[in-house]
Amino acid sequence: MSTSPSAPSALLTGWGLTAPTRARVLRPSAVPDAAALLEAAGARGAIARGLGRSYGDAAQNAGGDVLDMTGLNHVVAFDAERGLLTAGAGLALGELARLALARGWFSPVMPGTSQVTIGGAIAADVHGKNHHADGAFSAHVRSFELLTADGAQRTVTPDGDPETFRATAGGMGLTGVVLEATVALTPVPSDRMRVDVERARDLDDVMDRMEREDAGYRHSVAWIDCLERRRLGRSVLIRGNHAPPGATVARAYESGRSLGVPPGVPGGLLTSLTVRAFNELYYRRAPAQQRGRLEPLDTFFHPLDGVRDWNRLYGPRGLLQYQFLVPFGAHETLRAIIARLAAERRPAFLAVLKRFGPGHGMLSFPAPGWTLAVDLPAGDPGLRATLDAFDEQVAAAGGRVYLAKDSRLRPELLEAMYPELPLWRAARNRLDPEGRLRSDLARRLGL
Amino acid sequence: MKDALGSVDSVLVLGGGSEIALATVRALVAGRTRRVVLAARRPGELEGVAAELRGAGAETVSLVAFDADEVERHAAFVDEVFDAHGDLDVVLVAAGVLGEPEPAESDPVAAAAILHTNFTGLAAAMIAASQRLRTQGHGTLVVLSSVAGERGRRSNFVYGASKAGLDAFAQGLGDALHGSGVRVLVVRPGFVMGRMTAGLKPAPLSTTPEAVGAAIVAGLAGRAHTVWVPGPLRFVFSALRHLPRPLFRRLDL
Repeated sequence: MSTSPSAPSALLTGWGLTAPTRARVLRPSAVPDAAALLEAAGARGAIARGLGRSYGDAAQNAGGDVLDMTGLNHVVAFDAERGLLTAGAGLALGELARLALARGWFSPVMPGTSQVTIGGAIAADVHGKNHHADGAFSAHVRSFELLTADGAQRTVTPDGDPETFRATAGGMGLTGVVLEATVALTPVPSDRMRVDVERARDLDDVMDRMEREDAGYRHSVAWIDCLERRRLGRSVLIRGNHAPPGATVARAYESGRSLGVPPGVPGGLLTSLTVRAFNELYYRRAPAQQRGRLEPLDTFFHPLDGVRDWNRLYGPRGLLQYQFLVPFGAHETLRAIIARLAAERRPAFLAVLKRFGPGHGMLSFPAPGWTLAVDLPAGDPGLRATLDAFDEQVAAAGGRVYLAKDSRLRPELLEAMYPELPLWRAARNRLDPEGRLRSDLARRLGL
Repeated sequence: MKDALGSVDSVLVLGGGSEIALATVRALVAGRTRRVVLAARRPGELEGVAAELRGAGAETVSLVAFDADEVERHAAFVDEVFDAHGDLDVVLVAAGVLGEPEPAESDPVAAAAILHTNFTGLAAAMIAASQRLRTQGHGTLVVLSSVAGERGRRSNFVYGASKAGLDAFAQGLGDALHGSGVRVLVVRPGFVMGRMTAGLKPAPLSTTPEAVGAAIVAGLAGRAHTVWVPGPLRFVFSALRHLPRPLFRRLDL
């Protein structure tokens, strides 16, 4: 721990590598350190940061302090009978899953990357492919220790202090610093998934299959080829359940595999041509229909974790992910957005379509509806106008964009997208009246 | 805050009366810029412009008095602006005078006045602004240089020298700020057709304030440190820079 003004400062970005800003980076190695560091924060405040997987500026604080929480990754308690794990906020979900799997448990929610800390999972209220069945991460959090701006540490439970709980779940770290959390794990019969893979010829087809059959799958996701114009929304549907015991184990769950991308990759690698070729290949390679394929948990849950720093493939301008949600019934908005991405030949790497169930936190992203996530190069010409138009369409349909992915939303649309924003602001003002918890995201959006 | 696609929320203009500055601010406000501070020697003359910018979508347009020549005031001036308006994403340094070649080439006081405004005054203002930008950990300092600074020319060399100095200063400052989250963007327009050059004969590859403004907005979205307007001037001037002197002298530039 270091509190000197000459503590190391660094240029930070999110996973998208866009809009770097400088902050003093402080790394608490124990819970009391974090309290001291927050108390010593300067006029520009502090924000907690985990593994930096938010695409935008959620874990940046220009000119202020950033608390690197990855040192607080201790396991406090693991009740293998009841599946309750209490750990430091800096523990990565991949590591949590590895520890839990040895005793027959797994993370209740697994996002597309295992490189998300428990604190980050609460702050962004992350979801996985099982949201339609199990809800978001905060639905499985029994309690957490929250360090608030006044220096107090409080134990927050969903029933004991619902306002603080619901303001913090999805609150992007602005209500306080999560120090530890107790998570209810999911029992798993094996370390394999039994997976059904099938191709869907277009958007109607894939949405129809998901609506009719998702109830039979705990995990469900569709990869959509947004560059295909003739059969709009053609996709590969991947759905699975945990495999029964006895499925053979070729390899244990690993949370960080190796192959890496070096720094300094030039831009322009991911053009609509190369991405289209990849999407085509991906679609062609997928079986028309395959039932009961056994797959290890890690490749099923986070295929991209196999390539370290894959974000560098987008070159120096970086990338952004546009992830939005529209309520069930707003199919036409979803279709219009996919159609425009295809018509403009946006180099959209395989986009991810999912169905959501009910949400939890005041600023949590998930709500009943469809969500689509699309990776796009930030340097793509004309992207700004296209995404601004999407925002309008999404807001008009009663939908929203995901703050953990956002790096460019017009602040005026925030309240339309998040109707509980006034409630959240009231809770935040109670917990942090002076605004000591600050981030670039909060500045940019006027949170 | 600047966003992932280079849109900015706020801008401070030093030399708010300049045509290039106004074209730039118009382009920014047409995007997402909502807070504008125009600093000029006679801010009262900018009321009409301020009303226009508000009509175009700017939430606040503030007019403040700033005289590039008063270097003793610069630090306090910059502090007052930042204290009153909070973070500023862009500081556009657009003040300056062209001067008349005739008195400048023969009158030491006239020459010194041009050099003092265009170089000394603006360099000092950039020092002051860079301090606050460094503290806030982000921002872009955009400096209007000129191709006239690329090589001393027989016509209007006093102005050219002032821009050469400012350009070199900005490059060095940019490197000094490397890694601070603050970027310096040097803009080198060619002959800009406008009020400042009215009555002068336009040079080849001349440009307009609007084109310079658009190039600055594009430059903010990218990561470059230098922007030429129009772009091909970069190659023209890398050739001109190496032209033998007797030949260069005889060019009518």
